[in-house]
Amino acid sequence: MTGEIAIRFDRVSKRFDEMPVLDNVSFDVRRGQAFCILGRSGAGKSITLRQMIGLMLPDSGNIFVLGENVTQLDAAGLTRIRKQVGFLFQYSALFDSISVGENVAFPLRRHTRMSGSEIQHRVGELLDQVGLEAHRHKMPSEVSGGMRKRVGLARALALDPTVLLVDEPSSGLDPVTSLEIDELLLSLKQQRGTTIVVVTHNIPSARRIGDTLAFLHEGRILETGTPQQLENSRQELVQRFMSVEGGT
Amino acid sequence: MLSAVRGLKDLFSWLGAIAWFGAKGLIQALKPPYELAEISRQIYEVGYRSMPLIAAAGFAVGAVMSMHTRASLERFGAESLIPMGLGLALIKETGPLVTALLFCGRVGAGIGAELGAMRVTEQIDALESLAVDSFKHLVVTRVVACMIALPLLTTLMNFTGIIGGYTAETVISGMSFNLYFDRALSAIDFEDYIPATGKTILFGFMIATISSYLGYHTRGGTAGVGQASTKSVVFSSILVILANVIVVKAIFFFFPGAAE
Repeated sequence: MTGEIAIRFDRVSKRFDEMPVLDNVSFDVRRGQAFCILGRSGAGKSITLRQMIGLMLPDSGNIFVLGENVTQLDAAGLTRIRKQVGFLFQYSALFDSISVGENVAFPLRRHTRMSGSEIQHRVGELLDQVGLEAHRHKMPSEVSGGMRKRVGLARALALDPTVLLVDEPSSGLDPVTSLEIDELLLSLKQQRGTTIVVVTHNIPSARRIGDTLAFLHEGRILETGTPQQLENSRQELVQRFMSVEGGT
Repeated sequence: MLSAVRGLKDLFSWLGAIAWFGAKGLIQALKPPYELAEISRQIYEVGYRSMPLIAAAGFAVGAVMSMHTRASLERFGAESLIPMGLGLALIKETGPLVTALLFCGRVGAGIGAELGAMRVTEQIDALESLAVDSFKHLVVTRVVACMIALPLLTTLMNFTGIIGGYTAETVISGMSFNLYFDRALSAIDFEDYIPATGKTILFGFMIATISSYLGYHTRGGTAGVGQASTKSVVFSSILVILANVIVVKAIFFFFPGAAE
């Protein structure tokens, strides 16, 4: 598996009101790899992630996910891709009118032929994996921010995705919860071979998870490489970012 | 002058966008999957949960109309026509219009706020990321539910209005329940009831479409949600009142008996 390309950005550009957000961005994410996109706020990181499943389309360029060009897909094609790609949103984006358990069950009810009891069993497994089995009947408003994030992760994993996209996994979380989520992502990569793309500001987290880091600045990829390579970058901005936000 | 032309152009472009949004909703409603579970849930939300408001309002409107009608008719010694006048007024016009306006306030605002909040908290994007057609799941289901619920609520309003009228009348004149209902329904036939209640299907479609459009396209965080909610009530109320003029004319054209 490793070595095959799971995601390819090919000269992708995106503008908002004539302001370039992404400018000719190209990179590859190999299957089974954890790829972290770093950069300052407003650098275009989240937009990059959203374009991978067609939540937003680029103005020019191509985006290939699992071999399909997302920019050319019709609704059925996008549905096919989205079933294979999990997405954890920055603020979890849980459906607040249904319980924690029903949030996790939602994709299973929509896209599988599992019976009610099988779905409940699977929801139990997923919530257990993120340590929240005891909270399955609570409403999203009744659990903490960290818990919501973990529920969002359980929901994103419900269909056993080949690729997992994660937007700011540690934002608003205490260091311990942040570490727990990183460990969960690492175990997914190691045990299931899931390809993971993480957008983050958190350098210690990126170091823990990432096989490859890409530094995005003003819509361009300034540098791509292993955590070690980025730390030793000749680019002053990259070096400063890695050290200022750094620590271990 | 130039800004007025531009404003008019923006208005037509906005109305066109809403019309296209609604037409897309109707087309999508005919295509599987039909989202029956979500439609049922929405009928419960917009219909069943509106019943107390509609019933209470209907009762009050009926009672007040009865009191006003009595004040006018007793000058001519025509008090016996009160039930018939009230029944006709309620079923032909007051019931459908008042129900639709109350529906704009309760359901239109709710849809605008709910979809707006889902947009700004990325729940709509989350639906899409889970390979669910958010338009079909959120908009189509609400449009269909409103088109089903509003005629039923109108019938409830008509019924409770007549009860309200009877209550006001019996306090003053001691008229019996059977006599009141007999007189109230004596002049009403299906040509009065069906077109007048049927038009609320169109009102339901308009209210759901406008509110869903504003909620679905909300921008600007919580302030945007508030605006979507307020605009949903304002614009759907205005359009219901304006559309009512055209629909009544159309009813008179297609059902000449309804004009008598």
